Amino acid sequence: MTTATVSRWDRFRESFFWYSFKRDKVAIVSFAVLLLMVLAAVFAPLLAPADPYDLAQINIMNSELPPVGMSGADPAFPLGTDAQGRDLLSTILYGTRVSLMIGFGAVVLQAFLGILFGLLAGYLGGKVDAVLMRIADVQLSFSTLMVAIIVGAVFKASFGNLMFGEIAIYMLIFIIGVAEWPQIARTVRASVLAEKKKEYVDAAKVMGFGTRRIMFRHILPNTLSPIFVIATVQIANAIISEAALSFLGLGMPETQPSLGSLIKSGFDYIQSGSWWITLIPGLVLVVLVLVINLLGDWLRDVMNPRLYKG
Amino acid sequence: MLAFLVQRISQAFLVMFVISMIAFAIQDGLGDPLQEMVGMSVSEEEREAIREELGLNDPMVVQYLRFAGNALQGDLGNSYFYSKPTLEVIAEHLPATLELVIGASLIIVFLSVPIGVYAAIRPQAWLSKFFMGVSTVGISIPVFLTAIVLIQLFSIGVTVNWFPSDTGWGQWLNDFFSTEGGLPSYGRGDELTHLFGTWESGFFTGTGLMHLVLPSVSLASIMLPLFIRLIRAEMMEVLQSDYVRYARAKGLSAGRINFLHALKNTMLPVITVGGVQIGIMVAYTILTETVFQWPGVGLMFLEAITRSDIPLIVAYLMVVGLIFVITNTLVDLIYGLVNPTVKLTGKKA
Repeated sequence: MTTATVSRWDRFRESFFWYSFKRDKVAIVSFAVLLLMVLAAVFAPLLAPADPYDLAQINIMNSELPPVGMSGADPAFPLGTDAQGRDLLSTILYGTRVSLMIGFGAVVLQAFLGILFGLLAGYLGGKVDAVLMRIADVQLSFSTLMVAIIVGAVFKASFGNLMFGEIAIYMLIFIIGVAEWPQIARTVRASVLAEKKKEYVDAAKVMGFGTRRIMFRHILPNTLSPIFVIATVQIANAIISEAALSFLGLGMPETQPSLGSLIKSGFDYIQSGSWWITLIPGLVLVVLVLVINLLGDWLRDVMNPRLYKG
Repeated sequence: MLAFLVQRISQAFLVMFVISMIAFAIQDGLGDPLQEMVGMSVSEEEREAIREELGLNDPMVVQYLRFAGNALQGDLGNSYFYSKPTLEVIAEHLPATLELVIGASLIIVFLSVPIGVYAAIRPQAWLSKFFMGVSTVGISIPVFLTAIVLIQLFSIGVTVNWFPSDTGWGQWLNDFFSTEGGLPSYGRGDELTHLFGTWESGFFTGTGLMHLVLPSVSLASIMLPLFIRLIRAEMMEVLQSDYVRYARAKGLSAGRINFLHALKNTMLPVITVGGVQIGIMVAYTILTETVFQWPGVGLMFLEAITRSDIPLIVAYLMVVGLIFVITNTLVDLIYGLVNPTVKLTGKKA
């Protein structure tokens, strides 16, 4: 409405960011595909032909129907059905929604932890830095997937199957967020170390601002671009981790499937020739992760944070 | 150097201490040994007496010290399901996992070095671009999905009839895109050679090797892109360095420069980072073994979770923790020894 928004839009249109986006075909295609998938996932309840959570709509007689184009297909189920007779297109739409929700949620949690601990370690230094980074090192050397599997196993054993199934979404966000925070903390710490030597920090100190204010209001905004890059890649990692946990049976239950648990439930039927139940959700998962990774690569090139390391 | 040595080793002990605390907390919080030992009919007084006798009413510190003391003597309790000492169960399953890791490592070494070096020497060649593109896509494919696709293609087989089969070339195209299948995708086969102790090897029989193919290729697929990228990046950096330029100026042959002078300095960081990655591969063995029902420690761990076999879960944690700590410490020490100026950073999960 106001001139401020117009000028901001103009500024965006003249930025290097937009310029390099327009010239990179891979980035445009990736972004378009990602946008399409996110929209499809968000509007899944409107788009999906059937509600996979609604048991009344499922008919077991329709189980294991192949996708359209193969003999024996039913046009009512464009991508075929799974072993319980659920429409595969609908379950994939809902599954993408669950996977994206967990991916975003886990990254928000790890960004919160990573930024907090990274800022503290980088700015305060000394013992705080030593302890926090040691924990991060050890956790990373165990690989985030291993940490996630172990935490998931312990949770599952202590909550029991039913209880775990009900709160699985929150559990997975928690598990993946906690398992992967060191990735972001390291990046944040590295850029804080570079920033804190700059003059504006000295100026803020001279003006008598408190440590907390300098950390969050002055240094943090200047470290945002590497955080942005690594957070993008981390969404892809979180989605893969979620799929892996669900595939191992430590994630979403079959009644409320994510892409990972769809692949798992389909895998039991692959020997009987019903490849589509497992491979179509698998393809969706790979495309989703691939476009996010490609966008992350492009972002890294554009923002060029020297401190980022894959 | 000595300070570095002491620091790393004491850190290893500290980490092992923390792992043992976590393991103890899991055992204490989840497992009620009484439930497994006595039936429903035992009265509350008798239960209390057994608790007292087992030392379950002792203070936490005393219980932890007992747990740690037993662990140091190689006693991590008995598995509920196997009714055997947990370490014995793990020792039975470990060879299968080790052979899987060895198979995957061989594939990684023999593929990543030539591809990475080629991509570094000829960065503009279409084959290099093809390999780099494939490895970007490869990083986005989870290991269990690779495994499932491999099973579909090479175990079950795919018959294609996209082209009209009445013409000769149509039939040829159909055959070209179809796969035979037939490779085993389940377990290790029944012809294993007994080596020593609990080690039964699949390396010496035809069926044993056939059973190894798909699982090792799947496990290798997750690490291969990382190694190709790493070797390419390191090699390109080395090729820019002064001594390589000097060797070129001196008129040495390209082959000699690339493979004798440059490759040596490329492999140094690759080997040390590789050591860490092979430790991380243990996590991926859980996924691979689940898909292929490979009777290794990963599958055993997952089964222990579904059976709530707490002592086995705890023992697995301790053993895997020990393996990780030992490999990481060794890698750090070797790295510090060979190249004291460089810090190990940016390990990817």
